[in-house]
Amino acid sequence: MLKINNLHASIDDKAILKGINLEVKPGEVHAIMGPNGSGKSTLASVIAGKEDYEVTEGSILLDDEDIEELAAEERAHKGVFLSFQYPVEIPGVSVTNFIKTAINSTRKAKGLEDMPAKEMLKLIREKSELLEIDRKFLSRSLNEGFSGGEKKRNEIFQMAMLEPKLAILDETDSGLDIDALRIVSNGVNKLKSKDNAVIVITHYQRLLDYIVPDFVHVLLNGKIVKSGGKELAHELEAKGYDWIKEEVNA
Amino acid sequence: MSKYTEDDLREELKTKEYEYGFFTDIESETFPIGLNEDIVRAISKKKEEPEWMTEWRLEAFKLWKEMAEPEWANVHYKKPDFQAIAYYSAPVAVDPNKTLDDVDPDLLAMYKKLGISVDEQKKMNNVAMDIVVDSVSVATTFKKTLSEKGIIFMSISEAIKEHPELVRKYIGTIVPTKDNFYAALNSAVFSDGSFCYIPKGVKCPMELSTYFRINQGGTGQFERTLLIADEGSYVSYLEGCTAPSRDENQLHAAVVELIAMDDAEIKYSTVQNWYPGNAEGKGGVYNFVTKRGLCEKNAKISWTQVETGSAVTWKYPSCILKGDNSVGEFYSIAVTNNYQQADTGTKMIHLGKNTKSTIISKGISAGHSQNSYRGLVQIGSRADNARNFSQCDSLLMGNECGAHTFPYIEAKNKSAMIEHEATTSKIGEDQIFYCNQRGIDTEKAIALIVNGFSKEVLNKLPMEFAVEAQKLLEISLEGSVG
Repeated sequence: MLKINNLHASIDDKAILKGINLEVKPGEVHAIMGPNGSGKSTLASVIAGKEDYEVTEGSILLDDEDIEELAAEERAHKGVFLSFQYPVEIPGVSVTNFIKTAINSTRKAKGLEDMPAKEMLKLIREKSELLEIDRKFLSRSLNEGFSGGEKKRNEIFQMAMLEPKLAILDETDSGLDIDALRIVSNGVNKLKSKDNAVIVITHYQRLLDYIVPDFVHVLLNGKIVKSGGKELAHELEAKGYDWIKEEVNA
Repeated sequence: MSKYTEDDLREELKTKEYEYGFFTDIESETFPIGLNEDIVRAISKKKEEPEWMTEWRLEAFKLWKEMAEPEWANVHYKKPDFQAIAYYSAPVAVDPNKTLDDVDPDLLAMYKKLGISVDEQKKMNNVAMDIVVDSVSVATTFKKTLSEKGIIFMSISEAIKEHPELVRKYIGTIVPTKDNFYAALNSAVFSDGSFCYIPKGVKCPMELSTYFRINQGGTGQFERTLLIADEGSYVSYLEGCTAPSRDENQLHAAVVELIAMDDAEIKYSTVQNWYPGNAEGKGGVYNFVTKRGLCEKNAKISWTQVETGSAVTWKYPSCILKGDNSVGEFYSIAVTNNYQQADTGTKMIHLGKNTKSTIISKGISAGHSQNSYRGLVQIGSRADNARNFSQCDSLLMGNECGAHTFPYIEAKNKSAMIEHEATTSKIGEDQIFYCNQRGIDTEKAIALIVNGFSKEVLNKLPMEFAVEAQKLLEISLEGSVG
């Protein structure tokens, strides 16, 4: 589904990603871990198509199609979803209105009519129950005055509504208490299928107890320096990153 | 990677033409340019006005000659040459007995381009329209339904002939001829406009609506609107404006007077979409408007405006809260793009006891434009327990535009409670990217953010106007994020 080959990316001429290789197949969950500043969020932004970053080398293929020339919204239409580490506020635009606009934009790009109101309502009801979201929450301005947990839950709600092919969760666990973490993880697990894939970016092993990865990759200084199964996450939790740094430098 | 750079944006802005920029070739009768007593007399004569009206105009003209154009507003433009303007232009061959079917097909085609199908409006929207093309009102609808309730809704020219006692009693009482330079000019040369009277206790069953429009090149338009809501009555009045493209600046100096008697309520909504000039700031309408309303006891006047057009806007719809317990409201969205300049706001003059006013102003600036809010809240010495709440929010797009807020407060009564809140924000690239990531393209994202920002005011508009206003906001700001 996703094939990243020798990806180099920089911002303001500063190289951040220095040759990433990653393959994600349908039905898989990949975790990307690494210390601060290793390039985790940059990788997420570059896959999603943020224009601040310049891809200097390599390619990103989604279903064998090079998506590097596509605008962010076109990638979204193809099923790329990014759960933001810091979701932005849009005052005066309700959660419902926003998600409606998002869904219908994607439908329009695919040549479909707007989703009928009845169908939309049904979908909203279904997905908000899944994430234990209160109805009142849906009428609030997007992310305005939301707690950290509400923001993240709202991200996963949008993911549930948009049913992406590839979901990238950027530090979705940060700012979540244990209950919210459980709800959000449950949501993600229920949305998982053999046809979609999830990339989980996180600092901590904690989230991976709930969303169990098939593969764990360690990102260090813009490169994936070690990959393994879920046990690698436990090892990192116990030993930190220094031993990997030493391994790499050796 | 496909990038949407500043240069792309600028290019896109340049290519966006004013949607309503066409010129309908209707045979018009235009007076020679320039202004003197003879022209004032000629206008009055052309309109077959009674002597008192002619005298009133001449008096205003005399005052105007002694006055100077105001310069305190935060706008910069080349002063119009008042002797280079034609002061009267009417489509010829207008017969007041005509039905819509008889109206010049070119004119009807023009309405269509504007999206105003009169027939459709009549059927679908339950809106009675008094359409002003240039200076003469050519089609009035729903007159009968209204007259059954005793409501008078007609062009002011007709009203001067048919209801001289009402016009004479009230015209110039809220905005005196000598009020300001443009009001004096308007009083001398006003060509047409609307007149409305709602009798005691009558709730007007439909939204009253007028479309104003400047058509003939090089002519100014000076409408005069007088709206009287008698005791305990209610009316909602809509005013929408569009004008075709012109290279020279066109002058528009209107006067609107509202009178809300005891327990009456007037809702006055405006969507102003006059030609804003091109991307280089050439052309566009000068919009110098005086709007003011008087509230008697327990009365309420609510101004709602969506201002997206004109090169220069100078406009302060105001309320004089004379009666005890009267209420004044001002809800405004002002959008400026390219080189547009707007200096707009309101005056709330609290004279009576327990008077209340609310001001919500939303300014949106893009391109090289300058957008100013200017508001006065004045509490008189007898206005015990007066309350005001003001909120002025500015939204900026790009780095070359400006937003300014000039709030003035004068309180002469210690029991007054005045609150003022102001915010300034910028549409961020982060917001745009967030929307893009959800599949929403940049144009749509801006529209979404702007509509969200303006929501409190859009909600105050009557339904059919709110949709048009939202569309206008999108058109005015297409491709303007930087």
